Amino acid sequence: MKGMIIMNNKNKLLSITEKRANNSMKIGSKNGIKLLSFPYIIWMIGFIVLPLILILYYGLTNKSGEFTLSNIALITDPINRKALLLALELSLISTIICLLLAYPLSMILSKNAKNSNSFVVLIIILPMWMNFLLRTIAWQNILEKTGILNTILKFLHLPTLNIINTPTAIVLGMVYNFLPFMILPIYNVLSKIDKDVVNAARDLGANGFQTFMKIIFPLSIPGVISGITMVFVPSLTTFVISTILGGSKLVLIGNVIEQQFRLGNWNTGSGLSLVLMVFIFMSMAILSKYDKESEGSQIW
Amino acid sequence: MTDNKLINLVNISKSYGDTIVLDDLNLYIRENEFLTLLGPSGCGKTTTLRILGGFETPNQGKVIFQGKDISKLAPNERPLNTVFQKYALFNHMTISENIAFGLKIKKKSKEYIKDKIKYALKLVNLEGFENRMPDSLSGGQQQRIAIARAIVNEPKVLLLDEPLGALDLKLRQDMQYELIRLKNELGITFVYVTHDQEEALTMSDTIVVMNQGYIQQIGSPEDIYNEPTNAFVADFIGDSNIIPSIMVDDKLVNILGANFPCVDTGFGKNKPVDVVIRPEDIDLVMPEEGIIRGVVTSLIFKGVHYEMDVMANGREWLVHSTDLSPVGSEVGIWVDPFDIQIMNKPESEDEEAAEIVE
Amino acid sequence: MVKKFIGRFYVGLILLFLYAPIFILIILSFNKSKSRSKWGGFTLHWYRELFQNEDIMRALYTTLLIAFLSALIATIIGTAAALAINSMKRIPRTILLGITNIPMLNADIVTGISLMLIFIAMRYTLGFSSVLISHITFNIPYVILSVMPKLKQLNPHTFEAALDLGATPVYAFFKVIFPDILSGVISGFFLAFTMSLDDFVITHFTKGPEINTLSTKIYTEVRKGIKPEMYALSTLLFVSVLLLLIIINRKNASKRGLSDKKSIVLMNQ
Repeated sequence: MKGMIIMNNKNKLLSITEKRANNSMKIGSKNGIKLLSFPYIIWMIGFIVLPLILILYYGLTNKSGEFTLSNIALITDPINRKALLLALELSLISTIICLLLAYPLSMILSKNAKNSNSFVVLIIILPMWMNFLLRTIAWQNILEKTGILNTILKFLHLPTLNIINTPTAIVLGMVYNFLPFMILPIYNVLSKIDKDVVNAARDLGANGFQTFMKIIFPLSIPGVISGITMVFVPSLTTFVISTILGGSKLVLIGNVIEQQFRLGNWNTGSGLSLVLMVFIFMSMAILSKYDKESEGSQIW
Repeated sequence: MTDNKLINLVNISKSYGDTIVLDDLNLYIRENEFLTLLGPSGCGKTTTLRILGGFETPNQGKVIFQGKDISKLAPNERPLNTVFQKYALFNHMTISENIAFGLKIKKKSKEYIKDKIKYALKLVNLEGFENRMPDSLSGGQQQRIAIARAIVNEPKVLLLDEPLGALDLKLRQDMQYELIRLKNELGITFVYVTHDQEEALTMSDTIVVMNQGYIQQIGSPEDIYNEPTNAFVADFIGDSNIIPSIMVDDKLVNILGANFPCVDTGFGKNKPVDVVIRPEDIDLVMPEEGIIRGVVTSLIFKGVHYEMDVMANGREWLVHSTDLSPVGSEVGIWVDPFDIQIMNKPESEDEEAAEIVE
Repeated sequence: MVKKFIGRFYVGLILLFLYAPIFILIILSFNKSKSRSKWGGFTLHWYRELFQNEDIMRALYTTLLIAFLSALIATIIGTAAALAINSMKRIPRTILLGITNIPMLNADIVTGISLMLIFIAMRYTLGFSSVLISHITFNIPYVILSVMPKLKQLNPHTFEAALDLGATPVYAFFKVIFPDILSGVISGFFLAFTMSLDDFVITHFTKGPEINTLSTKIYTEVRKGIKPEMYALSTLLFVSVLLLLIIINRKNASKRGLSDKKSIVLMNQ
């Protein structure tokens, strides 16, 4: 659910700040109106800024409060390093699979008549209304040794598959949960491309393939970037999917951090969180390089 | 302008679901002519243009280009180029890249492309704009780039879909002259779509007036203006007085009870007809010198002329004149026989479609 | 038309992929046998059990209450903030919007952990109120982002016109501005409600031992085996949302239906 909003929110915010500052409407006396923001500002400081500073504090100190980098250095610990690398690997694979599945789908869907626009969005979003955990557990059902998939395969006299508790299951869970977040922004961007622009390319001599490579795909990049953002970060940081579909043996960085906090090791947990945040920040920075046009697309 | 028929639209029919947009349209376009498809919204002119360009497929009929049937060819295979209504520039490319697009597809050399871009920008008076982005340009500039992008490919025919619609009046007028100049310099055929009759009259060699999917009249601007063949054309082009009358005999027509000498023959005796008289062709004279008498009911100064309403013989006549007659004054209406245009009343179903939709 | 067939087939596959688990859950909710892969016959037993299960009902109540309250409070604070931010100068606006961005771009786990830390640091007992506060925190940005576009679309002159006609700024606000942004406020509320309803990670870290929302209740049962009552509950929730969306869509479609045909024809002329 989140990604749907985040997708257009991120872009909207950037476009708001960069472009429209001069066109804002000044309602009423300036001082009076600004008072309205105080509750939010106080809330923000208390519950967004300070908490993050706390993570920074705990991450850089040990249990007695002395400054140390050992928490951060924990990432080099073999188990933690493995968890981070596995998370990176699986989330990258999931993101790529989502992209490969979503792009053709979005192209097919955007070619339809305009009336089915909101219907399409509805159909794609609808699965998201089932509880996130239950949806993932449903996949557990399907992939189990005696699960539904194997029951069907046995019925067809095909060999059974042992997918549960493997990285494949985790990737499947990630793709399943986050695919709509890749589909919607790409679909949005593609359906907003002026049909005459595509016609112009054809008119000037481009065939289908050339039109796609030179016109359609470049114009769809903002949507692709949104989609990647919406899939990669949640995949990277998940611990639920790996718990339910990966079993206790497969550990992602999210699991490690969650475990640390469960055991009360705030310092080490925070240290690892800081490392994770660095990765998130880096990937955002890389992605924003490609997203030159910060004009987002609306879902509704 | 030679008599060479470059394009032939043969028996073109097109419908969307239950709605018939074009019904058995036949039209030919000559080489080097500026042909305008003119008509109100929904008359089928844009559909016709898009069928020419290959963006729509007709349900029936063929498009013949220089003797070859190109009906089945995709847009990128036709030797025509289109200038779209909303410019359709590639916003993610620079102006140069936009203009060079078609040339790169044709794999022209770098120097060739560079020269062509320079030439095209010069032609549309936008030199130096190579590295600008489309959304940093004004509407008029974007329009000129759209034109430049199309003409560098040296098409035999340029299709223009209401390209000046979004521009303000002064700019539109400037662009009209630019387009005529371009056509003459390039020596290619222009097929132009518009709903603005003034635009059509200014720029075209040939005007095709359309309504509800049918061609109402084809002719030069003067023909269309001075001798409209039916009420629709008469009403659509310029202001006019259209009066139901009775053709008494050759060269004599009875309008609202008064006999006016005219120059048309062959309409029969005592036949009901429609008469068209342009407002500028009505002379207001002393009451006793007119064929009929009336009273001026309204007077508006329009700059180029005065516009007056005259109530005479039960009808309000529209009059344009550089002389004014004050409101309330009695006047006589006089029309030169040559300026009275006689039209048959609509008979067949086809002509029904041509009637003004009130 | 082979292309079209392949296209339709592909869309069908993807839809199958997306909906298969949902259908399985729905079917299991009617399954007599507790087994997750064997069908034991049709029953409504679990639906009856559902309403008698105190634990689950309590979790449901908690979930709905938190969702409603947090959405409501977030909407009030967020709408006020949006109004204020909209009339700020460039720099303070950029900063505020930037910070608003943080909870949404940040991973759930980091937000959850950071909130837990602040509660503990303030020696605040984790329980209903800490979850409520956390939900409000991540809901406010969604409200702000729903309301701001509406503010931008506002015609600045209507407010001035109201003042010109003698209204005080407050009166003018409620009579002129508020109705226009109302749709943004409402969609912000529903968004926040939905986000809160479905949240797991942040609730997990800030709830303490006493309370449970539906998501956390489900998580505790992952190892033990999910009670079939849960399937019944989620089926009910899903179906009610489905019905709601169908009704809304039908309403919108009938409004648009008549004008669609006309516009297609005009568009193509």
